Amino acid sequence: MRNVGPVIRERNEQAAGALIGYLPVGFPTLDESVEAAVALVEHGVDVLELGLPYSDPVMDGPVIQAATQQALANGFRLADGFEAVRRITERTDAPVLIMTYWNPVVQYGVDRFADDLAAAGGAGLITPDLIPDEGGAWIAASERAGLDRVFLAAPTSTDARVRQAVESSRGFVYAVSTMGITGARTDVDSAARALVARLHEAGAEAACVGLGISTAAQVAEVLEYAEGAIVGSALVRALAEGGVAAAGELAAELARGTRIQ
Amino acid sequence: MALRAQTGPYFGDFGGRFVPESLVAALDELSEAYELAKLDPLFQEELAELGRSYTGRPSIITEVPRFAAHAGDARIILKREDLNHTGSHKINNVLGQALLTKRIGKQRIIAETGAGQHGVASATAAALFGLDCTIYMGEVDTERQALNVARMRLLGAEVIPVTAGSRTLKDAINEAMRDWVTNVETTNYLFGTVAGPHPFPEMVRDFQKIIGEEAREQVLALTGALPTAVAACVGGGSNAIGIFHAFLDDTDVALYGFEAGGEGVETSRHAATISKGRPGVLHGARSYLLQDEDGQTIESHSISAGLDYPGVGPEHSWLSAIGRAAYRPITDAAAMDALRLLSRTEGIIPAIESAHALAGALELGRELGPESVILVNLSGRGDKDMETAARYFELLDGGSAE
Ligand SMILES: Cc1ncc(COP(=O)(O)O)c(C=O)c1O
Repeated sequence: MRNVGPVIRERNEQAAGALIGYLPVGFPTLDESVEAAVALVEHGVDVLELGLPYSDPVMDGPVIQAATQQALANGFRLADGFEAVRRITERTDAPVLIMTYWNPVVQYGVDRFADDLAAAGGAGLITPDLIPDEGGAWIAASERAGLDRVFLAAPTSTDARVRQAVESSRGFVYAVSTMGITGARTDVDSAARALVARLHEAGAEAACVGLGISTAAQVAEVLEYAEGAIVGSALVRALAEGGVAAAGELAAELARGTRIQ
Repeated sequence: MALRAQTGPYFGDFGGRFVPESLVAALDELSEAYELAKLDPLFQEELAELGRSYTGRPSIITEVPRFAAHAGDARIILKREDLNHTGSHKINNVLGQALLTKRIGKQRIIAETGAGQHGVASATAAALFGLDCTIYMGEVDTERQALNVARMRLLGAEVIPVTAGSRTLKDAINEAMRDWVTNVETTNYLFGTVAGPHPFPEMVRDFQKIIGEEAREQVLALTGALPTAVAACVGGGSNAIGIFHAFLDDTDVALYGFEAGGEGVETSRHAATISKGRPGVLHGARSYLLQDEDGQTIESHSISAGLDYPGVGPEHSWLSAIGRAAYRPITDAAAMDALRLLSRTEGIIPAIESAHALAGALELGRELGPESVILVNLSGRGDKDMETAARYFELLDGGSAE
């Protein structure tokens, strides 16, 4: 298992920062989602964020919703998530985080989920609908299993909540760039810059910005002030429209944004 | 501690706040505004005045002996929330939340709706207070409750049919939450039932508990005693908690929630969340829900759009867990029979949702016998359901209604 912290640190020494790529497991099929994830890493993505399809994804915009709904219709099961992590980490060195809504973890059993994720070679979890206030069981389980846990911070988070996000997270803190859900946007909010500054002030070693990033120029802009840039919908759209090759090409293009300017 | 004194965020093991961080500031703002309003006599008086001069409170009670003759001759008393302005209990909650919206200085409200009753009530309050209003409604529901879509649009609201997922109430809630996450600085979310993240379960309950407070006094005045049992239908659970709450610490009064049994709880087509579900997290709270082994929400089914929801409010999960209230399923067929029976014996056409409580009362009456007094929450009127009823009972001339 590889944790994300060291990789993000390394990329901030060698380059402008880390590129984090999101894809849902099981879209368009389990095999192709594994191939696409490997292709992202081969084309310059530093950390993978694999989404587990869920019936009620309140943080996701239309592109990711359509993909995960198709994965569910194709019969996605939670076990496929662990299998995807295993197959990807056998073929690449990039750390693999799982992005999941909270109920599937609760139903699987928080401790069992942590153990099986660690056994599959996963780095940890990003939990979009779990705030640290409700995260006691997961914080304990991830401590025990040595897993990363990525909580979110938003522009509207109070200073006390920003501090809580920093103290509760391990690996990095996910800075929500704008008030909204996933989906490519033409301009990444200036709110992100201010939020990342607050996260650093609260002691965050790594803050990565997500929501709305779709071009190399945006990646470069974000990496001026943050340790990582997270790209989701744009990669999913490329995969949906042009298959694994197109997703790889977009990854290569986005990775140009990580070069030291 | 008195059961009535229970507040959020947790009801036993249930409730909480399982939401994106982006919503926490808005939920905190709402909680604080609500805590202040709760203690502010001006707010309470303004709300009570709206109840009196706009909603038509107190709603009356009606004893229904001809209907009760089919219920083992128990005495059956209806609490007439169907007579409220806009036709259901939903207005009680909406007026409270709309007043709160004004207090926190937001100009736009959003709401989800299943049957359309909460949407109509929200659109009504928006018109009354001059607020912008967007309603999310599953596409399946916009079709089966088309009349309410027209009502909302006539009242000036924008109605957005939701095409994601199962295209019913749960997906309308997802879409409303996405809107809220995006527009939280200008927008307040008027949640329609006692589910969702804190403070909604407690706040919506508090706005609905007037139903039981009035009914408790009214039944005492009519019969000289408290009822043997109180019955209500349960979708998310707001009308049920509304009528239960005043009786929570009256240990001799039995409380029954009737869930939508759809085509039968032995089939997969029902919405009997407490009867057949297990605890999990959905729409911001830990509560019972219908889900598969992996924690994916299972689509619910009910002939009644307002009960077609795979979750339930956390306070009901708690009342069930501690044994204070019992929850039972009622099939589509039993509900429709009860709807027709009340129409023919008493000249009152109930909402299909409320007909589940009536069918439950028929069951209870036969079990509890002629000495018993059963108070039933008639949560809404049936006008919105005439198309469904006409098709179900083949009431229209000229063949199939399709
Ligand atoms: C008349 C009526 N009764 C009951 C319900 C169910 O909601 P709840 O369980 O929150 O009372 C609805 C919902 O739309 C309704 O319109």
